[in-house]
Amino acid sequence: MIAAMATLTSLGLLLGLLLSLAARIFRVPSNALHEDIMTLLPGVNCGQCGYPGCSSAADALIAGQASPALCPPGGSALARDLATRLGRTLESAEDGPPLLAAIDEHLCIGCAHCGKYCPTDAIVGAPKQIHTVFQEACMGCGLCVAVCPTECLQLRPQAATLATWSWPKPALEGA
Amino acid sequence: MRLHDFRGGVHPPGQKHLSAARAIESLPMPPRLYLPLQQHAGGPALPIVTVGQRVGKGELLAQAQGATSAPLHAPTSGTIMAIGEFTAPHPSGLPLPTITLEADGAERWIEREPPSDPFSLSPVEVAVRVGAAGIVGMGGANFPSAVKLDKARQAGVHTLVINGAECEPYMSCDDRLMRERATDIVDGIAIMLHAVQAPRALIAIENNKPEAIEAMRTACRSDTRIEVLSLPSRYPAGSAKQLIQWLTGLETPAGGRGTDTGLLVHNVGTAYAVHRALRYGQPLISRIVTVSGGAVAEPRNLEVPLGALAADLFAYCGGVGEDCVRLLMGGPMMGQPLPCAETPVIKGTNGVLALTLAEVGEHHSSPCIRCGHCVEACPMGLLPVEMANSARREDWSGIQALGLSDCMACGSCAYSCPSHIPLLQYFAFARGQLAEQRREESKAKKIRMLMEQRQARFARQEQAKAEAAAQRQAAKKQRTVVAVEDDD
Repeated sequence: MIAAMATLTSLGLLLGLLLSLAARIFRVPSNALHEDIMTLLPGVNCGQCGYPGCSSAADALIAGQASPALCPPGGSALARDLATRLGRTLESAEDGPPLLAAIDEHLCIGCAHCGKYCPTDAIVGAPKQIHTVFQEACMGCGLCVAVCPTECLQLRPQAATLATWSWPKPALEGA
Repeated sequence: MRLHDFRGGVHPPGQKHLSAARAIESLPMPPRLYLPLQQHAGGPALPIVTVGQRVGKGELLAQAQGATSAPLHAPTSGTIMAIGEFTAPHPSGLPLPTITLEADGAERWIEREPPSDPFSLSPVEVAVRVGAAGIVGMGGANFPSAVKLDKARQAGVHTLVINGAECEPYMSCDDRLMRERATDIVDGIAIMLHAVQAPRALIAIENNKPEAIEAMRTACRSDTRIEVLSLPSRYPAGSAKQLIQWLTGLETPAGGRGTDTGLLVHNVGTAYAVHRALRYGQPLISRIVTVSGGAVAEPRNLEVPLGALAADLFAYCGGVGEDCVRLLMGGPMMGQPLPCAETPVIKGTNGVLALTLAEVGEHHSSPCIRCGHCVEACPMGLLPVEMANSARREDWSGIQALGLSDCMACGSCAYSCPSHIPLLQYFAFARGQLAEQRREESKAKKIRMLMEQRQARFARQEQAKAEAAAQRQAAKKQRTVVAVEDDD
């Protein structure tokens, strides 16, 4: 038994040493801009932008292949920040109304799957009870939509309230 | 006293003759009253009644929530029919949480406890009573009056200004109140002077209301601390900052308050409400409303219970003609369009107007001719044309640098624009977009925090698991050792 333990331990140590050496020798120098953009992006790797995760989205942004408005969870606030950081102009048509998750209570079976996936703990509900989404905590990443077995979770535009309503832009000539 | 001047301003047609000659009449109690829980600046009131409960006139229905808030009282005796949503008096037509009260017609007052002498109370107690009566700024700002009184006393205000300018066209509710209830207003002013511990009060009235000036002068003859001033009529003389400039020549700093100049401005309606609260123990449950406009058969000034629908008021004044193209709550310069007449009167409603096409004066806008009329008209010294251009370009930092936050939306610029450019709509659009940006930024911050908390929780759970596993391992090992020893 002692021989087996010794073998495994030395193997582990040797491989660990090799890995740490490889990390030093083959190190890829990281980009300061990339790191900056990573701090701006939500960092949940939801994949709604069409890239595998926030890091590859950041690469695409730096390469100029993606629009600053690529991230639905970040909304127009993030789009503005990204555009300023990247020195690009943001076309107002690029961002649509933000979509947030909402549960259709008639269809929810209380399986409690969705809550585990929510990166911001915006979904509450105990097993076999109807769940609900805190709209203030939801960022519309849509991770919960994919795991719902009854399709009761959907991303919907928010209804206007007195606190969020505002006058539209005057659609008139002149000025 | 020598009057100073403020820059800009306009002279819109007064149209006060439509209703100013009519004495205040009481609106017959409507069958149902709709009382929105948010009638004031600050936090909404919290309902303390239940559906089906019978309440007396003046009974507390909802209590103030937070430091800046105001309670809500029953304008008549009756039964609570519903606590739900109802169309708000707001251009969007969106609903607000509202208490619906069905009147029983008995007008049964609750037990009232007015102080035997308001002047024997401490200034703080007076402010507390004003707050408990649900009094907010009656000129339309809806700011809780008790908070203003307290802040002004702490700031050591030297002059209380009572605003009876009523510069908005069509409005005559303050005019009639001053003509008919001058002694009550003067008593309210004396109580407010006691509450802020100020040595003098000025009542400012535009000179297009000679009867009101005369009535107020007669009423305050015995009180040497109070002086009535006749102001030249120029819109927006009734705005607090412009009024202070008329009286002192001092300009309120950008982003500052009127009290920064040592003056406190309150509306005449507020002084009257303070009198009712401190002399009779009556909370704010009714107000004077001007019902006017070319499409109203008989324009009048009505004493209206809060929560009455604009439709009830129009019906009492002979109905709205078919030539009505726009309903307004407030005056034509700063009032808000109403989506329908089925919206309730709230504490800050000074008037409801039904205007004809000729009065509204819809025009197509044409390009800016750089005449500069808007710049001359702006009482705040801003550049409306440049601000509108920034809003059109959606240059939000630009419009903030031009002083959007100092714009009080008085409408003088849009009124004087010969090209009929919708300047005010551009400013409202910009304000909405900036508010939206602020909301988004605060939400993004909150979401980042939630994500970090979740990750920290997972890390804690992992650590707890690892520790538990290590403990189990240790216990198992010990057991094995013990077993081996036993074998030996």
